[in-house]
Amino acid sequence: MTPDDLLASLFPKKHAVVAGPHNTLSGTATLDDDQTVEVLGITGGTPLSPEIAIQLAGRVLEIINSGSKTPIVFLLDTASQRMTRRDEMLGLNEYLAHLAKVIVLAGTIGHRTVGILYGTAAAGAFIATALATQTLITVDGALPSVMDLPSIARVTKLPLEVLQQKAETTPIFSPGVPALAATGAVFETWPSDRTDFPERLKSILTTNDGQTDLRDRLGEKRGGRKVARDIAQRVAMAFSQVDR
Amino acid sequence: MIPEEIIHQPSWYESSARARIVGLLDTDTFAEILGPADRVMSPHLDLFDLPPAFDDGMIIGRGKLAGRAVAVAAQEGQFMGGTFAEVSGAKLVGLLRAVTAAVGTASAVTSVLLLLDTGGVRLQEANAGEMAVSEIIRAVLDTRRAGVPVIALIGGRAGAFGGGGIVTACCSHVVISEQGRISVTGPEVIETNQGAEEFDSRDRALVWRITGGRSRVLLGGADSYVKGDIAGFREMAIRVHNTVPAFSPETMMMEQDRLKKRLEFYGDCTDTPEIWSRAGLSDPDKIYEIDDDAFLALLSQKGSRS
Repeated sequence: MTPDDLLASLFPKKHAVVAGPHNTLSGTATLDDDQTVEVLGITGGTPLSPEIAIQLAGRVLEIINSGSKTPIVFLLDTASQRMTRRDEMLGLNEYLAHLAKVIVLAGTIGHRTVGILYGTAAAGAFIATALATQTLITVDGALPSVMDLPSIARVTKLPLEVLQQKAETTPIFSPGVPALAATGAVFETWPSDRTDFPERLKSILTTNDGQTDLRDRLGEKRGGRKVARDIAQRVAMAFSQVDR
Repeated sequence: MIPEEIIHQPSWYESSARARIVGLLDTDTFAEILGPADRVMSPHLDLFDLPPAFDDGMIIGRGKLAGRAVAVAAQEGQFMGGTFAEVSGAKLVGLLRAVTAAVGTASAVTSVLLLLDTGGVRLQEANAGEMAVSEIIRAVLDTRRAGVPVIALIGGRAGAFGGGGIVTACCSHVVISEQGRISVTGPEVIETNQGAEEFDSRDRALVWRITGGRSRVLLGGADSYVKGDIAGFREMAIRVHNTVPAFSPETMMMEQDRLKKRLEFYGDCTDTPEIWSRAGLSDPDKIYEIDDDAFLALLSQKGSRS
């Protein structure tokens, strides 16, 4: 799906979202009930660089500083984090963390944050963008992953065919929407006909405030992460009971 | 013969995660939560015919640091590379959420110490590990927002790579030793993807110049530099305790400015000595050769982070 198609489907009434530097998107859109939302994005499957992180984080901070509590919608088609010696030298971990931090901060102080993944997102770039929003939606074309199977095969020293066989029995490591959704990463996958995108977006913006991280509950319910939620709860129970 | 002062100063790099915790905290104050006796193990390693560990390589609990209650979590880099996985990740998420919930109660702590030692997400449980990293980031930031500092201590064999590098930069304060390394994509993976001319992972000096503790603290990716013994990490953890920035719009504006300027000033550099030279440090090539005392003296002259 192109960003234009996605924007037209989400905001049929009006939008002023334009291309920015480094394959980013930025602007505002108007929902059917005249509510304004801020829109940011990455296009073209572009690897997440320090420059993109600073560009997007700067916009989020401007929105925070405006004093409004406008929701922020992130339209995402990135790749992995950019893999160069130069970026690592400059502290890419700080840039990725900075972007994740400002997105989380915006959510914490009352901007409802929604990620809509319409392309790829992998590894650290997935963490710093899509997974930093309060609610992640996938639409046609979404391909979230941690690492592709050939690379996992190389690192784990397992033949690719063996890995592909194992992937059929568990969602725990395979790329793609169904496996990531099973672990709780994806809140909803929206249908390809796109007719009800505005209503669906409105529903997310109005039904919960996004303040609680519910993804391990979702992963438990969907069976993709069966023990994480229980362990986190057991730790919390024990924490207040151990000898001090 | 080994000099006596070295015998009495166990190295952070050489120690196990449990030994680091014991040496870091006040004597006999560590109380582990979901320890080996509870046998909370990875349910996924069996699929790969890999042996699990009774603690899944994540040791968590509470204790005291200079008499103050703290929460502590340590990754064991020698088990599965200290990786974030379903169980190891959930233990840390649970600890951070508990710390946030305990603010203002009798079980409150004054800070969280994160002894990261990790290659990143455990690929055998890639999706669960990725989710754990994301949940840890949110939980770290919630903890900071609730007024409890989260302090990262980096000096283990596995470094802080992948999601571990991102988690590190989400903490309130980062303490590092010369042996500590922080990065996202590891040199081997960059070399595999982009070729040895982009990053020659066998060039150890180059790897250290790009990812190592001295470069990180000079550039601002770490806040404090310590000698590599456990006592040094303990002293620094006590010293930075509660002196660190809140997670607020003001802090993030300053971060935006700092990181933007770094790109403007040094974005075209290709190796770290170029950066040090441009930053006005004398003898930029010597930075990796001088001993820790000389490096600490250089740091105190240089002053604020760039």
